[in-house]
Amino acid sequence: METVIEQVPLDKVIDPSLKKKAKIEVKDVKVWYDDFNAIKGIDMNIKPNTVTAFIGPSGCGKSTFLRLFNRMNDYVEGFRMEGKIKINGENIYKKKVNVEELRKEIGMVFQKPNPFPKSIFDNVAYGLKIQGITDKQLIEERVIDCLKQVALWDEVKDDLKKSGMTLSGGQQQRLCIARTLAVQPSIILMDEPTSALDPISTAKVEELIFKLKEKYTIIIVTHNMQQASRISDYTAFFYLGELIEYGKTKTIFTNPEKQQTENYITGRFG
Amino acid sequence: MANAQYQRDLLNESGAEMLAICTSQLEKSKDAFLNHDSDLAEEVILNEVRVNALDLRIEKNCEKFLALYNPVANDLRFIMAIRKINFDLERIADHAYSISKYVVEVDKKIPPHLFEVLQFHTMYDTIVKMLENIAEAYENKDVKTARKVFQKDKVLDKINTDSFAVLEIEIKKDNNIISEALLLFSVIKKMERVGDLIKNIAEEIIFYIDAEVLKHKKKK
Repeated sequence: METVIEQVPLDKVIDPSLKKKAKIEVKDVKVWYDDFNAIKGIDMNIKPNTVTAFIGPSGCGKSTFLRLFNRMNDYVEGFRMEGKIKINGENIYKKKVNVEELRKEIGMVFQKPNPFPKSIFDNVAYGLKIQGITDKQLIEERVIDCLKQVALWDEVKDDLKKSGMTLSGGQQQRLCIARTLAVQPSIILMDEPTSALDPISTAKVEELIFKLKEKYTIIIVTHNMQQASRISDYTAFFYLGELIEYGKTKTIFTNPEKQQTENYITGRFG
Repeated sequence: MANAQYQRDLLNESGAEMLAICTSQLEKSKDAFLNHDSDLAEEVILNEVRVNALDLRIEKNCEKFLALYNPVANDLRFIMAIRKINFDLERIADHAYSISKYVVEVDKKIPPHLFEVLQFHTMYDTIVKMLENIAEAYENKDVKTARKVFQKDKVLDKINTDSFAVLEIEIKKDNNIISEALLLFSVIKKMERVGDLIKNIAEEIIFYIDAEVLKHKKKK
């Protein structure tokens, strides 16, 4: 079975001038949910156009930490945060920050594919429409470009009016990634994006991530160690709300500095 | 991971078994050669089958471990090291086998004084000590003991380098010992190679424990 993603040069589908380099700096970030201290003072710098994997056991704070970058935790009851998160030098937790604008810059893909109950076309066009873009030609071009980027175009080009919900799990996840790309973010957050997918769909999404890092800064939370080692440039290991080790993926997976990291990645944790 | 740990323990035991068999093969080949004991040499030749079988078993289990458990970090270094150690040990056993073949096939007793002038006993004793160091380092994951073999290998290199000139002198003294001298020269070359293989094993043990690559490192 052919599983190779269609090669579409990104420069052809996205205007190179739109390429934005997003540098992330995290300084002494602490998070509480009421009295529970979920993140206990983390410093981290993430380079532009890299893939960074967050790993760690359930409840270690990696998803909470990921959701800080697009301020998704703001809606969680009892959420409180200290410290600074700067994207290209701007603290995203300053009061005057427009969260909706911020989220245009920072797209997110979730564990379970969550297409809207709309047509395939409208799913991808949705973000553009709520941004107030009405130029039909531009929307159409962008939808086609994004579907090509996620290697879904050939599979759906004759069914663009069909509901997004009719697609397979793997196709739905790629549709959600296309929807994220449509608003041209500079950072893409992924929270276990392939945990609900079969190996073939997983391979397609992984190949896509590899391709996308040319243009985007990608942060991915994963429980799959092999996935983290396959696709990421940097890996961060979290445990009990602390960042235990953060470094080049090659080093983490061949010779980690901390025993805790070694125990976790070799499956001997606890 | 419990199963993976079990498989790793089994591989570790097989590695120790291979080390013990190959050390025994080499020691027996030494005694067979020094005493021209063809019975003992035959035993080494027969035991080669066991070495080969264990070599294949380790190779197969390494492949299985890599395929089924996707090892990383220490597990990955262990599996990489054990494969190379196994390869080197099998080569050491091959040398023991060829030396024993000489004993069986060549009906010539080496004049005892040649062993003396060539420091042949020192060479063999050094190799045995190196193998003891390796066994201890492997069992106790002891990098310091593994490093001891590097200095000892220099003794072997020196004896090997000197052997040509020493034998030249001896042959000039007595033309009748040419074939014995050539045989001895060939065995010394094999022993020197065994020393290099033991050094490789020490490097692999250090790599697996400390993640330090010593291969091709220039001496400072």
